[in-house]
Amino acid sequence: MAGRTVIDARGSFCPGPLMELIARLKFAAVGEEFEVLSTDKGSASDIPEWLRKVGHELLDTREEAGVWHIALRKTK
Amino acid sequence: MPDSARISIVVVSGTLERLQMAAMMASVGAVSGNAVTVFLSMNALQHFRREAPAPAAEGPFGKLLTEKKAPGFRHLFRSAAELGDAKIHPCSMAVDVLGLQSGDLEPWLAEPLGLTRFLADAQGGQSWSF
Repeated sequence: MAGRTVIDARGSFCPGPLMELIARLKFAAVGEEFEVLSTDKGSASDIPEWLRKVGHELLDTREEAGVWHIALRKTK
Repeated sequence: MPDSARISIVVVSGTLERLQMAAMMASVGAVSGNAVTVFLSMNALQHFRREAPAPAAEGPFGKLLTEKKAPGFRHLFRSAAELGDAKIHPCSMAVDVLGLQSGDLEPWLAEPLGLTRFLADAQGGQSWSF
């Protein structure tokens, strides 16, 4: 399997990180994995919420030195 | 689609904060499975001309928006249309008052819409105004 694609949205504010993710997901294949990097705390909770709503898989979310890492897999 | 998943947004203000909040709601709403329709009128519409001047801030938060790396409202509205199939309509009355021709406005906007049609489509769903 190919590695995770990193989407570096550090420094952007809500809903920038989410919209950057969605733009990438639109052209991704089912099964592809992404990791969003965000310094926006609101996006760290909004992106998992959006994943639950639309049905993609949240793999992991963690915070390191003020940067949230949100890993996910496109499922449909 | 249930009525609650239809979101109608009227934007009449030309201030940065209100345009930004409307764009945030339109974009997040549209990419979250809602059918979003936006109606741009009054002072808002001028900011959707091609190469429109930047809107003025209403207060200190608007100044912060310009200083920070917040995504621009035009970019968010365009994302709502292109990623979430939102329909973003100029008000046909405002188009006439401003004397706009086809081609004066951003190309990703939908066709001008009359208020009667907008109200008919909005009936029963969520409605928001800015």
